[in-house]
Amino acid sequence: MLKYTLKRFLSMLVTLFLVATVTFFLIHAIPGQPFEITRETPESVKAALYAKYGLDKPLLQQYFIYMKNLLHGDFGMSMKYKGQSVAGEVTSGMPVSAVIGFGGVLIGCLIGSVLGAIAALKNKGVVDYVVIVLAILGVSVPNFVFGSLIQRVFAVQLKWFPIQGWKGARYAVLPIMAASFTNIAFYARMLRTSMLDVMGQDYIYTAQSKGLTQGEIVRRHMLRNSFLPLVTSLGPMCAGVLTGNFVIEKIFNVPGIGQSMILAIQNFDYTMILGLTIIFAFISIVCYFMVDIVYGIVDPRIRVAK
Amino acid sequence: MDETSVSAAALGELPDELFEHDESARVDADRMTRPSLTYWSDAWRRFRENKVAMVSAALLVIIILFAIFQPMLSKYAYDDIDYFAINQGPTSKHVFGTDELGRDIFVRCWKGARVSLLIAFVVAILNGTIGILYGGISGYLGGAADNLMMRFCEIIESIPQMLWVVLLILIMKPGVFPIIIAIGATGWIGMARLFRGQVFQLKETEFVMASRTMGAGSFWIIIKHLLPNAMSPIIISMANVIPGAIFSEAFLSYIGLGVPLPTASWGVLASDGANKLLTYPYQLFFPAMLICITMLCFNLMGDGLRDALDPRMRQ
Repeated sequence: MLKYTLKRFLSMLVTLFLVATVTFFLIHAIPGQPFEITRETPESVKAALYAKYGLDKPLLQQYFIYMKNLLHGDFGMSMKYKGQSVAGEVTSGMPVSAVIGFGGVLIGCLIGSVLGAIAALKNKGVVDYVVIVLAILGVSVPNFVFGSLIQRVFAVQLKWFPIQGWKGARYAVLPIMAASFTNIAFYARMLRTSMLDVMGQDYIYTAQSKGLTQGEIVRRHMLRNSFLPLVTSLGPMCAGVLTGNFVIEKIFNVPGIGQSMILAIQNFDYTMILGLTIIFAFISIVCYFMVDIVYGIVDPRIRVAK
Repeated sequence: MDETSVSAAALGELPDELFEHDESARVDADRMTRPSLTYWSDAWRRFRENKVAMVSAALLVIIILFAIFQPMLSKYAYDDIDYFAINQGPTSKHVFGTDELGRDIFVRCWKGARVSLLIAFVVAILNGTIGILYGGISGYLGGAADNLMMRFCEIIESIPQMLWVVLLILIMKPGVFPIIIAIGATGWIGMARLFRGQVFQLKETEFVMASRTMGAGSFWIIIKHLLPNAMSPIIISMANVIPGAIFSEAFLSYIGLGVPLPTASWGVLASDGANKLLTYPYQLFFPAMLICITMLCFNLMGDGLRDALDPRMRQ
């Protein structure tokens, strides 16, 4: 296990380094000057700006400086907003994004798993058809359509919750609801499939022939094994939670990390885009790494195979 | 003495003239009375029986026909501005109403369908081609080359795809072509994985060995033998790429990286409509409805294709 963990850790470091490098050069390949100033600007001001962000140096030197800063945890400063650092943006936005993300995943996972399990156990029953329809709708309705819809119904017409903003728990309800919609569909479909798969396995017959009650079989044999594929989805899920939900944050005007990224893109704030992309990438890579380790613990076959 | 020899002796007393050859039975013994079904006609038969999938496919054909012909036949152009008919709800003149510049939303929806569907189909083909080539080479070579190529995939995969797409579009400036390239260039990993797995399974089979013995080259074997045998999972996965691409395009428009004005796409229409949700909800409703119906059809047809091409997958 130690050897496996070490190997995965080293390959994670290599990936982190490569991703940072590629992102850096991609951002610098964006055509045009970083400071598109429409007004007449004295050369000295321009030169000072370039010098401030180190853009007067050769690209390779900029790269080494950037990498050195990354090692010290310095992800750079915004080019558009004075005194705003990438790290500051992340520390202020991440908790907000995490509330919505984890809320959405938690509720989605809970409701989805229950629905999926019932659908599989009562195959071809009412719940089964509800789950099938829900699963199809979940992948067919864009989340900004669903988000706008519940915003209109629950905030504008029923006035139960505030339309947008972030000033307390009541503001979190609608965004979490919007975020959980796709998750409910996803987990319901997944658990239904894996449960139906498990139900046909030989060890279920063995359990039945041992004389276990149906409840016991479901609890001790079916559910446990049905949840295994869920672990694989944990990686992308965790990453998605922490990197924010671009669309939902924009609809409900929530000051999360996804909103920062959209703003940076719309302002062509290159240093911010670069910093946020690298941080997003780091988060996902670390999440994948941790899931791999968890999976190695849960399922020993994987350790041997790699 | 046992019974068989007794009966044989009894039979021996029967003269040969009593027997005659049934010529007709001999000739027709192994003739096929029905035409043999190939895998594809069998799949088509299964697909045809699936009503939901057939209805979806028919609806998609209608949507595609509308996208092609409606903008040609409409009396409004997608960028005709009419200041006397601004933000009108659905009327008999403008079936879906007009937007803030008095443009007919009906024609814009179908013009948008052209752009969105074009993006989706080209992306699916691009993803398929790159994925098959990459996965085929990687799986066929195996060993160190395969290892290296799959490591590369892992690195690309470690970042959410949308971030790559955003970066690439920023480099190329937003537009239909850059969107196609950006989504096409980043979404092929799944396909590569899938085909590589298939190649690994298939390359040890006898017919591949036979082909190699007869001197076939690697490229020939991949294209002629491995690809047709792996076709059904490829088609199924490509049918899933299309709705994904429509989603991505809508998402890009929503964050301001969509196709430039005055071009319409479903994403542009929906994100414009979302901004006016509180004042003119119909401007979101119609494009959103079209997107949802199309996605629904693609997903249901995809499920039908999966059931038809791979009956084992059916639940």
